[in-house]
Amino acid sequence: MSSPPSQDNIPAIQAINVKRVYQARGGRSIGGTKAGKTVTALDGVSLSVARGEIFGLLGRNGAGKTTLIKIFTTLLAPSGGQALIDGMDVTREVVKVRQRIAMVSGGEQSGYGILTVREQLWMFAQFYGVPSKVAHARIDELLAAVGMSEQANQKVYALSTGMRQRMNLCRALVSDPEVLFLDEPTVGLDVEASRAVRDYVRLWMSQDLRRTVLLTTHYMFEADELCNHVAVINHGQLVAEGTTADLKRGLQEHARFQLEMAEWAPAFTDMLRGRDGVVEALTEQHADRTQLRLALLREEFIMPTVASLNDAGARILTLRRIEPTLEEAFVRLVGDEAEAEAEGGH
Amino acid sequence: MATLSPDARAASPQVVGVRLGFMTMLGRAYPRLVAANREPDWIFYEVALPLLQICAFAFVYKAIGAPKQYIGLVILGGGMMAFWANVLWSMAGQLHWERQSGNLELYLMAPSSLLWILAGMAFGGMLATAIRTVVILALGSLLFGVSYALTLSAVPLVILAFLFSLIGLYGLGSMLASLYLLYNREVWAIQEVIQEPVAFLTGSYVPVRALGPFVAGFAALIPLTLGLDAVRQLVFPGLFRIFIPAGWEVGILAVLAVLFCVGAAWALTYIERLAKVQGRLSLKWQ
Repeated sequence: MSSPPSQDNIPAIQAINVKRVYQARGGRSIGGTKAGKTVTALDGVSLSVARGEIFGLLGRNGAGKTTLIKIFTTLLAPSGGQALIDGMDVTREVVKVRQRIAMVSGGEQSGYGILTVREQLWMFAQFYGVPSKVAHARIDELLAAVGMSEQANQKVYALSTGMRQRMNLCRALVSDPEVLFLDEPTVGLDVEASRAVRDYVRLWMSQDLRRTVLLTTHYMFEADELCNHVAVINHGQLVAEGTTADLKRGLQEHARFQLEMAEWAPAFTDMLRGRDGVVEALTEQHADRTQLRLALLREEFIMPTVASLNDAGARILTLRRIEPTLEEAFVRLVGDEAEAEAEGGH
Repeated sequence: MATLSPDARAASPQVVGVRLGFMTMLGRAYPRLVAANREPDWIFYEVALPLLQICAFAFVYKAIGAPKQYIGLVILGGGMMAFWANVLWSMAGQLHWERQSGNLELYLMAPSSLLWILAGMAFGGMLATAIRTVVILALGSLLFGVSYALTLSAVPLVILAFLFSLIGLYGLGSMLASLYLLYNREVWAIQEVIQEPVAFLTGSYVPVRALGPFVAGFAALIPLTLGLDAVRQLVFPGLFRIFIPAGWEVGILAVLAVLFCVGAAWALTYIERLAKVQGRLSLKWQ
């Protein structure tokens, strides 16, 4: 892309107190909302995505993720606040913003089934002013990269869902965007196709440190696997933001560990329960080993605890830290809020 | 997985403005030009069905012993009707269907204007339909042995009448495309309702003068009406009572062409703004 070079200290994507209110139109309703009333889809969302990041936006259906993406991609105007791409306002510098961005949505059926894959990609390249020679070179290499070289001359309508989504990814990348929006890109795909999409996104990011991805997904493992930072949105508001590790740790009251022991004696349990920093020690007997689950006040208590077990004659086979999954963190964040809402009678 | 080579990763030049517009137009015209010939049933629909309609009227003229030029009027009408069908189904309803398929969002997100996308649809549609029209005219003329009395001096005016009607007609189609998107969810029903009345009003099978001055005057708002009448006057001089002299008709067509193109641009700008403010185009429930 030959647009003016972006300054590295400017966030690639930024939302400043973005609000979006929909007005239900006469005679119709939005979801369960009666005509004439308003629905607040985004309520003062602020976030910042640095260049080179894969940023995950997580939330339940209707939380506001897609609305936020549509604002960043210039399809919707914010009702309040400011949305910026490379420091450019999406409502004022529309063309410049559009030159830098691309989007792929899950279950996308864009394009024309009667065209071949190559023709389809060429057509979209034209809308971004990519000269045919460059476009064809990109198409060849993008198709090779996603494992679709053999389908280049196949009609689009004959592609499987997974192949079609790989082609959609190529469609978005043929204009060489700096900022890529992925709105649930692997929804409905099988394991292999999903992995191919994720692998290519990672590869694409690794080729140029200035590239940025904003990903929305319902698959927590996908966010965990791909994203450097995530934000959780609920009822149009950000309820958490940070690295995936931050989010998980933020929910863990105690440091939890699991140890596999070759031998076990009841005295070990008594010894552990009397130690400083040990909150809980639970054992589970198996045929050839004992599993010990420890909850400690803080992570640094693990080494002295292990040392005391060794001194007592216990033989430790394995030791691992138990982290909550991103899914657990998400459910806690969104679920707690939902429960509070229910209790409040809203 | 491979990584992109320097050639493929070469930065795109900053193509903007009219050049980007023309690239967009050709890109969007491509499916119309190429794909139209990939589906044999489309060719049947667009060539054989108009020919059947022509045949129905032609046999009536034959049965009453009318001169063959009368059949020529019907053949010209049938040929031009192919453009109306193309405008109705592939222009007016197109943005609605582009929205359903998810293309509209991608078009709106592209740096090029949506107007160039519509221009591409129109350009591709015009060329693809022109080929079909030539086939309809040739087959119809051969089947019924019709000859045309076009003089060399009338050729420029015929070309102008044809071009202005097409520009006006596709401008009207572009305008309808925005209006359909804004107000209508039942595109199929509306299309069905207006297809035949417009074919009747524009005088596709009888000279428009026969409809009377008031109906003909109203029908003249549709560019096809005057375009068809002017071409018929010039190709079959003196055969029927004219509505307005061909020269005047070409002048009015030029004005209509400008009005409909400006109207289309205005409607698109309006709907794009509305789409952003109300979220009408990008949300399923709107």
